[in-house]
Amino acid sequence: MSASAVRLGHVINRALDDALARDSTVVLMGEDIGKAGGSFAVTRGLQEKHGRARVIDMPISENAIAGMAVGLALSGYRPVVEIMFMDFIALAMDAVVNQAAKLHFMFGGQGAVPLVIRTQHGGGLNAGPQHSQCLEAWFAHIPGLKVVCPATLDDAYALLQASIDDPNPVIFIEHKSLYAMKGELSAPPPEARLGVANIVRPGTDVTIVTYGAMVQKALAAADRLAQESIDAEVIDLRTIQPWDEATVLESLSRTHRLVVAHEAVEAFGVGAEIAARMAHVGFDELDGPIVRVGGAFMPVPFGRGLEAAYLPGEAQIVEAARSTYG
Amino acid sequence: MSVTKAAEKKASSNRRSAELLDLYERMVLIREAERMCGVLFAEGEIPGFIHLSDGQEAVSVGVMASMTAEDTISSTHRGHGHALAKGLALDSFFKELMGKVDGACKGRGGSMHVADLSVGMLGANGIVGGGVAIAVGSGLAHKLRGGDAIAASFFGDGALAEGVFHESLNIASLMQIPVLFACENNGWSEFSPTSTQIVFSLEDLAAAHKIDYRRVDGSDLEEVSAVASEIIDAMRRDRRPRVLECITVRARGHFEGDAQRYRGAGPAPVDPLAKTRLLLEEAGASAGDLDQLSERARTQVAAAIEAARRSDEPTLQSAAEEVYAQGVKP
Ligand SMILES: Cc1ncc(C[n+]2csc(CCOP(=O)(O)OP(=O)(O)O)c2C)c(N)n1
Repeated sequence: MSASAVRLGHVINRALDDALARDSTVVLMGEDIGKAGGSFAVTRGLQEKHGRARVIDMPISENAIAGMAVGLALSGYRPVVEIMFMDFIALAMDAVVNQAAKLHFMFGGQGAVPLVIRTQHGGGLNAGPQHSQCLEAWFAHIPGLKVVCPATLDDAYALLQASIDDPNPVIFIEHKSLYAMKGELSAPPPEARLGVANIVRPGTDVTIVTYGAMVQKALAAADRLAQESIDAEVIDLRTIQPWDEATVLESLSRTHRLVVAHEAVEAFGVGAEIAARMAHVGFDELDGPIVRVGGAFMPVPFGRGLEAAYLPGEAQIVEAARSTYG
Repeated sequence: MSVTKAAEKKASSNRRSAELLDLYERMVLIREAERMCGVLFAEGEIPGFIHLSDGQEAVSVGVMASMTAEDTISSTHRGHGHALAKGLALDSFFKELMGKVDGACKGRGGSMHVADLSVGMLGANGIVGGGVAIAVGSGLAHKLRGGDAIAASFFGDGALAEGVFHESLNIASLMQIPVLFACENNGWSEFSPTSTQIVFSLEDLAAAHKIDYRRVDGSDLEEVSAVASEIIDAMRRDRRPRVLECITVRARGHFEGDAQRYRGAGPAPVDPLAKTRLLLEEAGASAGDLDQLSERARTQVAAAIEAARRSDEPTLQSAAEEVYAQGVKP
């Protein structure tokens, strides 16, 4: 690893810094994001650099913060809100679901609501049932919202820029286990469009569709499957709403087997949507059952062993890929 | 009194009654528009449900008299008066309520979601309290941008029980945001008297949040407009929030068609229009002139309704194309 190795937090920080410098209508809002730099130190130093009017420390009022972001967005700004833990979005659901998501449509195309809610999801830190949830399916279900979930450092930078530039409300989700990931950010930093998936490992025998922190687990699973002579293709969705149906279908038409994997609870999740679509539009391509991997239908448990046993990973993906052979 | 003093006094009183006449005319227009909303609703020409602001017109008109198109407002499910007072065109209004393609929101919002961003009307809101934080955010935008524009949130007393309202007061005061919290206290939250819903007074709550508070008789156009003008002028200078509680009446049911069985027979409420008309007559306006003004409102409203009737319903396809904004820089 080179000396210039960075972590996810630095990359997000850099993306926010660049957005603040590039566009005077970008403002950051959130709890403890100023001097403290946020709970995960992602916004460290930005208030010092850009001032308190652009990096705004807010009291613990998720509903009002998100509602204010809607008002700011309608009035010509591009707010980027940090919700400390994704679980706390529950308190801001009115602003996100009833206001932000609907206004452009409901006002007959007048104006737009270009706001980004940055938050993090997932287990791995033994943070317990109220600090570990993966709630992305909630938002993917709401017309008008976009949902983004990067898996790599380059994507974190590029997709955050794309989210800030997007004229719609975007839920931008960082997985908390990825904050420990180290690597390099390409120079110059890359660009990306929302709604485009990445084939991160080409393969011919089975397609594994996933996103976020699960991408690494899927790649590890693919290595194990290779030892069994199963050549898995791994697709990183990158954007969950809109998701790249064409790339998934194209892959399925080559591999004829499909696994969808995510950490979020399996029931009624993102995997259910992808499986249902592919069972419909890709029915003729399928040589086996579509298999989902996801969290068990229970709150994320706290204890070390318990959480580890709960979190779906490499082994479940390997098992799922095998079971597409019936 | 010297001759010039007397002339000055007469001129200023003429100016005042000219202003009052202008505001009265806006109230009459809102009343007439809503009267016809009631008729069209009863006849099935307006779908959904509608909440009339009959009895509360002096608040919209009185507060908005001191606002410009740069200023922004958010409103409630009872938002017709706010929308029209802020400058929403009568045609767009009726077309929207009747669900037509060239309505203010292309027939996708309806009565509870009318908006016109070009006049700073950030939307009626179907969620009680839903517009409050939006106005605070818009007020923050005004503050960040500089200049002297302000934001106002109109809300009913029912919204006082919502958490977001309390969060919003705290934040507006903490961050010194130029937002006017304009409460229309009509004593009712749907079918429940406010006294069964709220344990505190808005005055005490404002004090707890260190926000200046004023109360006005919401049926008194002169009082509302004078106090609002004073408050808004101050906000333009000091960029701080204010709370204005307007004691008003909901002359009709919660929504049109509400049989109001929960409501006992109280004393007849004061009608802001009748009250203002009396004032104008005392100041010398002739009954004939005032009647003519009502007649003009009826004609305007009738023409808007006719235009709305001639207009088409939108297609589902065109609506589906605007779930997401495409590439527009807002
Ligand atoms: C969040 C939410 N809860 C409940 C309702 C149903 N509802 C619509 S209007 C209303 C009463 C509102 O009373 P108030 O704010 O005093 O306004 P008014 O109707 O008196 O103008 C209620 C409970 C709603 N629209 N939104």
